[in-house]
Amino acid sequence: MSDEYTPKIVAFCCKYCAYTAADLAGSMRLDYPTNIKIVQVLCTGRIDVLHILKAFEKGADAVYVAGCEPGDCHFLEGNYRAVKRMAYAKELLKEVGIEPERLEFFHIGASEGPAFAEAAKKMTDRALELGPSPLRK
Amino acid sequence: MRSESNLEKVLEKGEFAVTGELGPPKGNDLELVKKKIGLLKGNVDAVNITDNQTAVVRMSSIATSKILIDEGLEPVMQMVVRDRNRIAIQSDIFGATALGIKNMLCLSGDHQTFGNQPDAKNVFDIDSIQLIDGVRRLRDEKKFFGTDEDIEGEVKLFIGAAFNPFAEPYEYRPYRLKKKVQAGANFVQSQCIYDMKMFKEFMKVACDLGLDEKCHIMAGVTPLKNAGMTKYMAKNVPGIIIPDEIVKRMSDVPKEKAAEEGIKICVEQIQELREIKGVHGIHLMAIEWEEKVHEILTQAKLLPRPVV
Amino acid sequence: MIVGDRKPIEEIKEMLTPYKKILLVGCGTCISVCMTGGEKEVGILASELRIISDLEKKGWEITEDTIQRQCEREYIEPLKEKFDQADVVMSMACGVGVQYMAEVFPHKIVLPAVNTTFYGTNVAEGEWQERCAGCGDCVLDKTLGICPVARCSKGLFNGPCGGTDKGKCEVNKDLDCAWYLIYNRLKEHGKLDMLDEVMSIRSWKSSLHGGPRKRVREEAQK
Repeated sequence: MSDEYTPKIVAFCCKYCAYTAADLAGSMRLDYPTNIKIVQVLCTGRIDVLHILKAFEKGADAVYVAGCEPGDCHFLEGNYRAVKRMAYAKELLKEVGIEPERLEFFHIGASEGPAFAEAAKKMTDRALELGPSPLRK
Repeated sequence: MRSESNLEKVLEKGEFAVTGELGPPKGNDLELVKKKIGLLKGNVDAVNITDNQTAVVRMSSIATSKILIDEGLEPVMQMVVRDRNRIAIQSDIFGATALGIKNMLCLSGDHQTFGNQPDAKNVFDIDSIQLIDGVRRLRDEKKFFGTDEDIEGEVKLFIGAAFNPFAEPYEYRPYRLKKKVQAGANFVQSQCIYDMKMFKEFMKVACDLGLDEKCHIMAGVTPLKNAGMTKYMAKNVPGIIIPDEIVKRMSDVPKEKAAEEGIKICVEQIQELREIKGVHGIHLMAIEWEEKVHEILTQAKLLPRPVV
Repeated sequence: MIVGDRKPIEEIKEMLTPYKKILLVGCGTCISVCMTGGEKEVGILASELRIISDLEKKGWEITEDTIQRQCEREYIEPLKEKFDQADVVMSMACGVGVQYMAEVFPHKIVLPAVNTTFYGTNVAEGEWQERCAGCGDCVLDKTLGICPVARCSKGLFNGPCGGTDKGKCEVNKDLDCAWYLIYNRLKEHGKLDMLDEVMSIRSWKSSLHGGPRKRVREEAQK
């Protein structure tokens, strides 16, 4: 692993919660890694396994999906669906030879700036530990 | 007389009949068959020879039946429709009757996924009731299944079927038995009975339907070996109901007395079954416990067997 | 609809190993509705194959397409150019689609990405169940709409057998006993007397056992 390895991380964030939390983390001047590319979605229920696979195909070292707290989905159950879909996506990653740990789901409420920063840090640490995606080697 | 079999004669004479059961070996070890024959001979009127029971591959029912005949014991050849289409069934019946087999029990058969060849393709070209109907036709009308073509020779068979009062829907079970009798069953043997109350209720309906006059109803009994087997069967075997009091009796005795208690229960059951209107005999399934058959039947005062 | 499951990735990899240019074709009808081989699943498999190709140096070039129906010539023919350019075609349709695409373009090998399983229905979100066996001699009038051929593990015509367990089949506790359902349905409709008659031995000629089946309607022919 080269010293210059900075993990590329894609975060799919729900507009109603985690995306707002990311904003809040910024205004609270919380320290979190800058290598996270945030993609705003209207609901994590919109995230398909294909989005995840494409992110890895295009070179992501880790991907995470951040949606509302259980029971708080603006569309009632989009976050529950996302959790199940991510479990399926992990299976697909396993079968093609990418460590499933590179994908994660987080529940982050709109007011939880620190939780957002923590998730970003956790996934960065994990990507550092796992090294670059096998697709980038 | 439809078959001149010993079992038919015993039943037609109005004697309380006793059939046993013999599971052929998982291979061609003739000695194992002979050992079991030795334990059953003289104790029963006929012996059911299972046909790859629980879908585990065993020596064929027809061949084992023939070995019994040679050893002077009468077989009830079981036949399942799981492994044979109507071509094989009829061909096997011709062969079996030519070898001197006179009793046949018509079954659908345990599903192949339970056995030691779970990847097998099954047949189920016909079902057990259609088999009864087909055999009756071979015998009485001398016609092949489903056609008007005549057979060569005579198929003299005493036709049997199985019934289970302990499977849902309970209320339908006497009527399904009626269907088997209408199709041509001459004798029927039940799944093992432990719940006497339920069996009596079943028999009441069966007698109201007149089934006891149209066929010989034999009650199935299996001695319990130990508390473990009792609990396992009570919990896990579909179509078997073991009341709590029997589970309790088997569990309450010390381990070394369990077999004795199991036999005691079995004898009591046989005595109770003899009193039920319409029960013409028992089918004693002492599975891998053939050495206890003589003891059970002695205690039940069913020995010696009548000579007819 | 016809229901199927995607084959395990290892099997797909092995099939594709000798080839470079792969055309992956989905079908927009049954297999799409059962979430196995429609446009989305073609996208997912294509993505997986690209990742595998990259990691395992397979050198695959994947082209994706999904047509409305792989069982009809009119929909297959427009793929001619893509077929010509590919070394091999992998179909995500049922077995009918796999075969018919190869019949329309016999110069190309068409591989199956799907195991076709049954004719069924989507009983709940994410759950499909078998309903018909296509046996060619329907008895649903006698069982009030519950098929003993497709839904009884032993295909009994005069059930239920002794293996019913609390309304479930002894073969699998998740499986309803078809004859238990039939009994209750007849009872609900006051037609239990329909069970009195023995359903007689049937002909299987109308099923696959009379050889592969064919249907002709002369007035519709040219």
